[in-house]
Amino acid sequence: MLNIIGHRKIFLFVSLTLVGLSLLSMALFRFKLGVDFSGGSLWQVKIPATTPAAVKNFFESDLGFKGVSVAYDAPSETYAVTLTQLSESNRQADLQKLKTQFGSGVQDVDFWSLSPSVSSELASRALWAIFLVLIGVSFYIAYAFRKVSRPVSSWKYGLITLGTLFHDVIIPAGVYAALGKFFGASADTNFVVALLVVMGFSVHDTIVVFDRTRENLSLNRGKIDLKEIVNRSVNETMRRSINTSLALVLVLLALYFLGPQSLKYFVLTLLIGTIVGTYSSIFVASPLLVMTEKKNK
Amino acid sequence: MKSFQANLIIILLVAAAAATGYFFVSPTGFGDQVLPWRLGLDLAGGSTLVYDVDLSKVNPSDYTSVLNGLHDVIARRINLYGVSEPNVTVAKNGNDYQLLVELPGVKNLSQAISQIGETPVLDFRTIGTSGATSTQTYVSTNLTGRYITSASLGFDNLGRPLVNFNLNSDGAKIFQDITAQNVGKPLCIFIDNAPVFPADPNGSCPIIQSEIVGGQAQISGSGITQSVAQTLVERFNAGALAAPIKLVNQRTVNASAAADSLKNILIAGLIGAGLVALFMLFAYGKYGIFADLALLAYILLSLSLFKLIPNFTLTLAGIAGFILSIGMAVDANILIFERMKEEFKKGASKAAAIEEGFRRAWPSIRDSNMSTIITSAILYFFTSEFVKGFALTLGLGVLVSMFSAIFITRTLLKVFIRNHA
Repeated sequence: MLNIIGHRKIFLFVSLTLVGLSLLSMALFRFKLGVDFSGGSLWQVKIPATTPAAVKNFFESDLGFKGVSVAYDAPSETYAVTLTQLSESNRQADLQKLKTQFGSGVQDVDFWSLSPSVSSELASRALWAIFLVLIGVSFYIAYAFRKVSRPVSSWKYGLITLGTLFHDVIIPAGVYAALGKFFGASADTNFVVALLVVMGFSVHDTIVVFDRTRENLSLNRGKIDLKEIVNRSVNETMRRSINTSLALVLVLLALYFLGPQSLKYFVLTLLIGTIVGTYSSIFVASPLLVMTEKKNK
Repeated sequence: MKSFQANLIIILLVAAAAATGYFFVSPTGFGDQVLPWRLGLDLAGGSTLVYDVDLSKVNPSDYTSVLNGLHDVIARRINLYGVSEPNVTVAKNGNDYQLLVELPGVKNLSQAISQIGETPVLDFRTIGTSGATSTQTYVSTNLTGRYITSASLGFDNLGRPLVNFNLNSDGAKIFQDITAQNVGKPLCIFIDNAPVFPADPNGSCPIIQSEIVGGQAQISGSGITQSVAQTLVERFNAGALAAPIKLVNQRTVNASAAADSLKNILIAGLIGAGLVALFMLFAYGKYGIFADLALLAYILLSLSLFKLIPNFTLTLAGIAGFILSIGMAVDANILIFERMKEEFKKGASKAAAIEEGFRRAWPSIRDSNMSTIITSAILYFFTSEFVKGFALTLGLGVLVSMFSAIFITRTLLKVFIRNHA
């Protein structure tokens, strides 16, 4: 049996460091909003044998766009170029110029153009979805821990579950902000959806561990030390936690390495969220439970 | 052993359903003929265009007819470019109306897309005077292009070009009023708010000769040259838009890039599911075999379910959601098997351990899937169209997986383990 509660300070330190770095990353790099939230065009073009800098330069100086940003996917030689809104006839003309400049290997892959009215609606829907999922999940947590339990009161389980939820969302979000800065990943609808799905995973992992803790507490009321019961509960559910996320991680790895390029960042966010969520359900939630109890005594 | 027989029958039924499911969801052969998969833009290629319809100048009681007119005109325009199975729908978005144009297929769509955007607004205006200096101004009438049903090019007996056109019954009444009040005066034609005959309105605009009843008319005059007449006929026939539209959302996906996406995600899904199956074998031995059989049944049954949903369109995100649910589907089995192991340790018999494992794991399975179901439901009802596919496959997938992991695995274990023990 692993002594997780005994080493809680190390685990919490790791978590706090990661959360701190993530917050710093978000504050420093900010999010680069996707076209679906900011309006404009996202044009994915396959251009063989060139560099992101050359592509950016061509769009700005030859095609006359301002504030162009280019994200590059090396394996598929695809450039995702963010532009202002662009009409179909102008786009076809620009595509011809790209072919003249970079050769006939240039291939139109995907083009998406939105007006500010549509993007602001999408952004407000995304915010609503985040808000509603938070409310829905909070109610669910309250429901899951509705039964009075001793010696730890129900609201503490709920609050800690909510805390680990933020932990599990902040870390992939921080990584994403850095990805945006260095690889041009944009915070789009897919990113929001990924974070919301991570919230769902995070909660269910933590609930399974806490359910076991409560079961063991009621079986051994007053007999053994709280720390020991919590530690045993974590150990009993650890295999399940790890196996469950391993199954999910296997699927996500397959999607990341073999799946389409357009889903890469989405899958990566889920991957990080799943791993962090498993970590927090084992190494963060239960230690926090023990610590809140200690302070009260 | 009555329950043994009953369980065996259940297994055979599930196996039969899964086998039927296999042929039903298979992209070729039987299933494709009965009910082919509907692939979204990102998997099949093509374009989706969303236009905002500006109805500010239209009487609310006319909304339906204007929107229907828009729909017909645009559908006709797209057909001119030979796009296969275009889909044009009108959707209400809050208080605004939007026109959704879906152009599937492999052909180069750029011409058709440009053409829809360029479709002009056409209307007729009279000339009035205003102010002390009697400057001439155009006065809008209620007669717009949407009342025109057909037009053709003709020649008078001196060989001069003229345009014949017909109006529908509503248009005929409006036209009758206008012509009755303005005999001898010019009636100008505007396309996109610009006059067709810009030089001298009094000289170049067609002059109303008499009150016109019945909605059949001819346009002729000095401004009507052969090329002007030709253009007018084309514009009239292509159908002028009854209300201005504005392109607000366009997505175009190259067909071969879309085919690559489809291929890649299917490979990723197969490998991912294979890895999960192998993992269950490694982690749980012979019990893993039953979990894998349940997983296989789960995949076939939920794919069949998706296909049966009316108008279900498979998108990239939708497949991704389903693949994720495969990773989550084994969660229930893991919970059950871990519980069973604990019961074995306590010295329970195989049969008792299985029963107890299922019974005690159930609350955890229900609770742990609930948060994902809540998230999926919110995503489905409150976000945009392309998230819906993901939310639907993930949410339904998780629901079906609870059934398969518990019901199917349990029945399999009851039949095969009890009799080996």
